[in-house]
Amino acid sequence: MAETATQFKERIIKPRRGLIGIDYAELWRYRELFGFLTWRDIMVRYKQTAIGIAWAVVQPLLTVIVFTWIFSRIVKVDVKGPYAIIAFAGLLPWSFFSSALQAGSQSVVMSSQMISKIYFPRLIIPASATLSGLVDFLISMLMMMVLMVHYDVAFGARMLALPLFFLMAFASAFGASLWLAALNVKYRDIKHIVPFIIRIGIFVCPVMLTSGQMAGHATRAVAAWAPGWLTWRLVFSLNPVVGPIDGFRWAILGPQVDPQFAIFWPGMLASLFVTVALLVSGAYYFRQFERSFADVI
Amino acid sequence: MSRPAISIHDLGKLYKLGGTLRHDTLRDKIADGVNALLRRGTAGEKKDERDFWALRHVSFEVEEGTAVALIGRNGAGKSTLLKLLSQITEPTEGEVRLRGRVASLLEVGTGFHPELSGRENIMLNGAILGMTRREIKSKFDEIVAFAEVERFLDTPVKRYSSGMYVRLAFAVAAHLEPEILLIDEVLAVGDAAFQKKCLGKMNSVARDGRTVIFVSHNMVAVRNLCQRAVMLEGGGLAVDGEVNDVVSRYLGGDQHDDRPERVWEDPARAPGDRTLRLHRVCVYDKDGRIDGDIRIEEPFRIAIEYWVTRAGIRAGATAHVWNEDSTLVFSSISNNDEWHTKIKPEGLYRTWVNVPGNFLNAGRHSVSVELWKENYDRSTREDEVLHFHVNDTGGVRGDFMGKFRCATRPDFQWETQCLSEEKVIAWR
Repeated sequence: MAETATQFKERIIKPRRGLIGIDYAELWRYRELFGFLTWRDIMVRYKQTAIGIAWAVVQPLLTVIVFTWIFSRIVKVDVKGPYAIIAFAGLLPWSFFSSALQAGSQSVVMSSQMISKIYFPRLIIPASATLSGLVDFLISMLMMMVLMVHYDVAFGARMLALPLFFLMAFASAFGASLWLAALNVKYRDIKHIVPFIIRIGIFVCPVMLTSGQMAGHATRAVAAWAPGWLTWRLVFSLNPVVGPIDGFRWAILGPQVDPQFAIFWPGMLASLFVTVALLVSGAYYFRQFERSFADVI
Repeated sequence: MSRPAISIHDLGKLYKLGGTLRHDTLRDKIADGVNALLRRGTAGEKKDERDFWALRHVSFEVEEGTAVALIGRNGAGKSTLLKLLSQITEPTEGEVRLRGRVASLLEVGTGFHPELSGRENIMLNGAILGMTRREIKSKFDEIVAFAEVERFLDTPVKRYSSGMYVRLAFAVAAHLEPEILLIDEVLAVGDAAFQKKCLGKMNSVARDGRTVIFVSHNMVAVRNLCQRAVMLEGGGLAVDGEVNDVVSRYLGGDQHDDRPERVWEDPARAPGDRTLRLHRVCVYDKDGRIDGDIRIEEPFRIAIEYWVTRAGIRAGATAHVWNEDSTLVFSSISNNDEWHTKIKPEGLYRTWVNVPGNFLNAGRHSVSVELWKENYDRSTREDEVLHFHVNDTGGVRGDFMGKFRCATRPDFQWETQCLSEEKVIAWR
């Protein structure tokens, strides 16, 4: 897009070829639309529901109660610290991730009317959809603090790092959503795949149990022939949701409660790497196919 | 000095028809890739039967500050062109240069959310249409007043009547201030008074020095709003010129097919039987000229001439008139003229039916005729012997700018009385 300095910006529309980059200047020009769409998604989330925003409290609370009942009465888990807090610290990033993925992957198809009628950078749609779970997340965070007071867990300075881990969860959900939302335009199979991913995900991610419990000892290598650094824990951390969940447990509970809440750096970096890869590849894939959205949708 | 606000150069858009999905499966992609590798070196591009050029080789320019109408039959490529101009879809070839901010009203109410209130939707829709927050705020009161929804601002729009919904949606769109405005058929909605208001607003937009591209099937609105018109046909540019010329070309349809007269010179080969033969069918306007373009408010006549080739029979004709939707609008039989009961000698006869003005709706009509003898015993029936056009010039329209979806458009008299001034529902 060429923009001259004259009064009128000249815009040239012609077929684009090759890899299409991300037009950051244009995204910046449309920042208000992004704000409005996010605001809309948040506003309509609990419209015409009897208890409204309270759903954001009820859902995670009931889940934690069920988890706690299962894992402290039926199955004894070998970890120090109140189980409710451990489970909730995992549930916070997981619920945000899963609802963001759900909304994000459906977002483009849901906005088909807008896409076939009006031009704007299409990246805004999955971005605002993924971010619309932010309010729910913040409410759950407040609940977490109430629980921490109840279980007498100290508020540490480590909690200041929480926004970073949240950002990581957002980035991985957004990256995955970019792929899924673009694919969903052409192949509606995605609609059936995503709920499945989410249902399986809660068992594959360290939500009910900690990463240490699920991946065995951090130091154990995958096989006798493998190099020492290639541990099960590292492979397990290639799941981009593992990083944020481990981060949340570290920030809220910390290694002094149980050494397994210490950050496992190779794993954290692996999660981060996968997240960034997902985000970058997703953005380019999305840009490549957004041209045909209006024709295919 | 005005320079082109829009320059379109050799624009084309290709669609792949039939089974887009199948064509795009991963398996096909791989197969295509392998084929391409194998065929490397053989010149010439593969032509697919499923390829469809919705638009091709279209070039024209629009001067800054002019209003140009885009007309053409369904499937001519108007909507595709608008979609390309508004960047919703990407062209396959050619290019467009746009000078200035573009806003499109491809359909009012895009992005409206039923759960949000009128106030919230104004903000949201404004942002979607490309207004900044400050612009929307400064125009907010104007928009609300224009839409006449002051009392319902905090009601979710799903509780709005369809009229209120459309009014609000148009009001937001009408307060956009882009340099280039693309409009597609917005006038087909809303009540009469509001449509008049919309047309007025659009007029002022066009007079304001803004460039407007207006797509519509409503020729009255097109004539009112635009100085120039571009007619598309089958994805290509057919006519480009002064609005009245282009509109009459459009209404005239294909000149070869639509002659208002049909003549059979040779009685031996004319349609008919041993007793009756068809000679001529034609349409006369109110001045008695053979004319296939009838003004909607003026009477016209359909004349049928035939030879009686056997003396001593009673005979007559029937005319059927069909509209574009293949609806039989009326049939009329020549059995109330003075010749009806009389026995006819051999010779050439002309019979005609007077069709009143303000009766048929606007559009292309076709005529079928029948000749019959004695007890309506049919000698021949000829379908679609000719076509004529009833042109909407404003008769029986009043200030209503929408579509009349009916076969006839009679000028009936209406009356209204006020029965009670009692307040029935207490709106909050």
